[in-house]
Amino acid sequence: MSLHRINLKINGVAEQVDVASNTTLLQMLRDRLALTGTKNGCAAGECGACTVMLNGEPINSCMILAVECEGADLVTIEGLAKDGQLDVVQQAIIDQGGVQCGFCTPGILISARALLNRNPDPTDYEIRDALVGNLCRCTGYVPIIAAVKQAAQMQKQAAQ
Amino acid sequence: MEKSDSQKIPQPVGENVQRIDALEKVTGSAVFGDDIQFGPGLLHARIKRSPHPHALIKKIDGSKALALPGVKAVVTGEGFDGYLGLYLQDRHIFATDRVRYVGDPVAGVAATTEEIAEKALDLIDVEYEVLPAVFDPEYGATPEAPLLHPDLKNYAVANFIFPKADTNISNHFRIRKGDTSSAWAQCAAVVEHKYRVPHIQHVPIETHVAVARVDDRGKITLWGSSQSPFAQRNLIAKALHISQSDVEVIAPYVGGGFGCKAGVSMEALAVAIAMKVRGRPVKLLLTREEEFHTAFVRQGVVAYFKMGCDKDGKILAMENRYYWDGGAYTEYGVNITRASGYSGTGPYRVPNVSVDSFCVYTNHPVGGPMRGFGMPEMHAGLEQCVDELAHAIKMDPAEIRLRNCVRGGDIILTGMKMHPTGLSECIQKAREAIHWDEVHPASGPNKRRGKGMAIMWKAPAMSPNAGSSAWVEMNEDGTATVGLGGQEIGQGTFTVMAQIAAGTLGIPFENVRIARPVDTDYSPYEWQTVASRLTWSMGNAVMAAAKDAKRQILEVVAEAWKENIDDLDIVNGNVISYKTEESISLQDITIYGMPRENFNGWIGGPIVGRGKFMPTYVTGLDPETGQGERSVVHYTTGAQAVEVEVDLETGRVEVIKAVAAFDVGKAINPKLVKAQMEGGLVQGLSTAFFETLRLKDGVVINPSFVDYRIATSSDAPADIESIIVETAQDDGPFGARGIGEHSLVPTVPAVANAIYAATGVRVGAPPFSAEKVFLALMEAGLVKGV
Ligand code: FES
Ligand code: FES
Repeated sequence: MSLHRINLKINGVAEQVDVASNTTLLQMLRDRLALTGTKNGCAAGECGACTVMLNGEPINSCMILAVECEGADLVTIEGLAKDGQLDVVQQAIIDQGGVQCGFCTPGILISARALLNRNPDPTDYEIRDALVGNLCRCTGYVPIIAAVKQAAQMQKQAAQ
Repeated sequence: MEKSDSQKIPQPVGENVQRIDALEKVTGSAVFGDDIQFGPGLLHARIKRSPHPHALIKKIDGSKALALPGVKAVVTGEGFDGYLGLYLQDRHIFATDRVRYVGDPVAGVAATTEEIAEKALDLIDVEYEVLPAVFDPEYGATPEAPLLHPDLKNYAVANFIFPKADTNISNHFRIRKGDTSSAWAQCAAVVEHKYRVPHIQHVPIETHVAVARVDDRGKITLWGSSQSPFAQRNLIAKALHISQSDVEVIAPYVGGGFGCKAGVSMEALAVAIAMKVRGRPVKLLLTREEEFHTAFVRQGVVAYFKMGCDKDGKILAMENRYYWDGGAYTEYGVNITRASGYSGTGPYRVPNVSVDSFCVYTNHPVGGPMRGFGMPEMHAGLEQCVDELAHAIKMDPAEIRLRNCVRGGDIILTGMKMHPTGLSECIQKAREAIHWDEVHPASGPNKRRGKGMAIMWKAPAMSPNAGSSAWVEMNEDGTATVGLGGQEIGQGTFTVMAQIAAGTLGIPFENVRIARPVDTDYSPYEWQTVASRLTWSMGNAVMAAAKDAKRQILEVVAEAWKENIDDLDIVNGNVISYKTEESISLQDITIYGMPRENFNGWIGGPIVGRGKFMPTYVTGLDPETGQGERSVVHYTTGAQAVEVEVDLETGRVEVIKAVAAFDVGKAINPKLVKAQMEGGLVQGLSTAFFETLRLKDGVVINPSFVDYRIATSSDAPADIESIIVETAQDDGPFGARGIGEHSLVPTVPAVANAIYAATGVRVGAPPFSAEKVFLALMEAGLVKGV
């Protein structure tokens, strides 16, 4: 299969990767770039473990081809903390006890960050709605929802 | 300076310290099985599986597959004649002469890419002779059913499992206590019901993964998502007729287990394939669809209950029968049957008991351990029957539970004396928290509100002598590294072990590290991460190791200071003398020792403490009556209460509030205990409302998240209250016992009882989908059909 050269930005760093036309973004991240923080829970767009931010939008990276990401600006879980400083969503999910096995956590955090970017003050309903595609089998979601609320608060306070 | 009271719970035990694995899990740096990098030499494995529920294998021809460029090996059961199995060795690595479920592995391929491996599967020709199949456990237990394991009588089996030769019954557990037949006449009410609880699946978000490599000497290294590195080492070595020490299992973080990653399931396949391509690592990663088809399932059960009470609500007799749908292989499932037998009355004091629990081979997917280990399935019906008894004699359902629930000193169904337990306190607290006696108006005219309660017990179900071991090694900087063999599967065990070690040693929590990943070559032995047993069992081992390390340290300092060891202690990372008030930091002395006076020689050396724990007191039970002195190590007990609102127009049930109260002995980390209660409760609600593994002629027909729905963020109740009750466990570390599984056990019947309280309609076996509830309401005449 012929390879395609793509250029994109991942977590602020320019990358150039040669990928096959059927390689998914998830495969490229995990297998080619060893960015294994993004997880594979179904490879079928049903669990959200593979969620990354593509040009600001949360997407299931298993459902998009790498070649479609030419020129894209991508944020993965590895890019959420800045200079060793955790993003508020990361700190809040720790505080609220929203991490158990941790396999859903990267996807959840990306979805949460994307939500707070477009809606800094979400209601309970909006939080649940934003996370509905991110399955978690361990926590029962309650501490995760609380964490997003806390993160919104922290973000607001930091902005003041 | 005050000498510390040895009875006092030392910091940070009982505190909500932050999870030790939190940071790496929120940054994406935590390593899971599929994250380990093996480089370009990695081969990918795929498995050829049976399309038939029951058939003889006539011929397997892999030659065309082997000729495909990129294919490195095609492996079948040939040469792998050994058996796998935890309690009953009834399973080959690959099916050899016969397949017994849709998905039974018949051959494996290793290739340079997954695509090639997948393509190669189509080129493997397998000839089958299809046989009649068994899909119902009650039918399977009859003499008419086709025999699925003609060799059952020759299988190796644990001494407490009783297979019946020349039948499909791989275990029959019996309880006979008192005389049920004469008890019924004295009952004011008798309730009799049958429930068919469906198969469900664990659905960890991380599917099973195993990578195996075999070196030139034949040593096997296996990396995988595993709850049971040591059991896997043992069982795989046995199946291959090799030494346990020639198998090394390395187990990184587990992305959810719930039981399905215990024992051995798909891991041996990766090993067998790797044996044919020595030197090359071979990865087998189950697809989500494959996971639904072939990973362990929670067994279905057909359960019969008959129970009666007198006019004061005293339960006089129970006669319960369980037919477990064990699936194609019951190597692990036989012990679920046993567990539901010796706990077969639920958490009640019942003078006259008859329990029969059968494990039956069927041509369904392989039953395995799942959170609760038979208890959620059993309590689902049992706790609805107790509710009915209460209503039959016009007693408050909470009251009948209070009157009959087990208390310390009671003789339970096996003849064992119950240890102190706070079950009645759990019932009281749950009752208060849900405002049991208040009536809340529904939110609309076509809605009905109601509250329900269910209680539970569960003992760790395991080999009677399942052991734990640990070491505590001191470092130059005064920190301690804890070696252990239990797995972090999300429950927080690494954090709890670090708390126990820090508290016992007398050093700050931040100064404790856990040696990971668990590696059977380097980590101390641990039976398995199952049965909610780690806090108690591994906790005891870690505590013993920390005590041992502390004693060694104090001996050195006592000799150097010429003091009595009893006057010394370790507080906040320093050795102190209560007598002289002298103090010295642990830094350096725990590695380099201490100099004698004027450097006239040295004392001590590197400190490594060791500890172990193994229950030694569990006795065998009489095979005819199930009676014995000590059937189990202990029981964790608890209660849940829920308030629901049922929409009569749609059948939809909304959980308004849910309360959980469990007796955990001692909460080493209350926040983690509550996380288990909360997470388990929502998983329980998920099984109550949504989950069924739908099987049609042995085929899983809903193998995806779209068709097998689990709870999402929109399904979690807004109001959950978790209550910790602490009645100390006599042999638990600081009095602790487990809580991982229990929180899911009473959820289904609590919901069912609440639906009844709201509508007067009994919904029976789960799941209580809107459709099912609506039909039940319609049948009862509460709503008219549309
Ligand atoms: S892995 Fe992409 S949605 Fe599940
Ligand atoms: S923490 Fe385990 S799946 Fe969410």
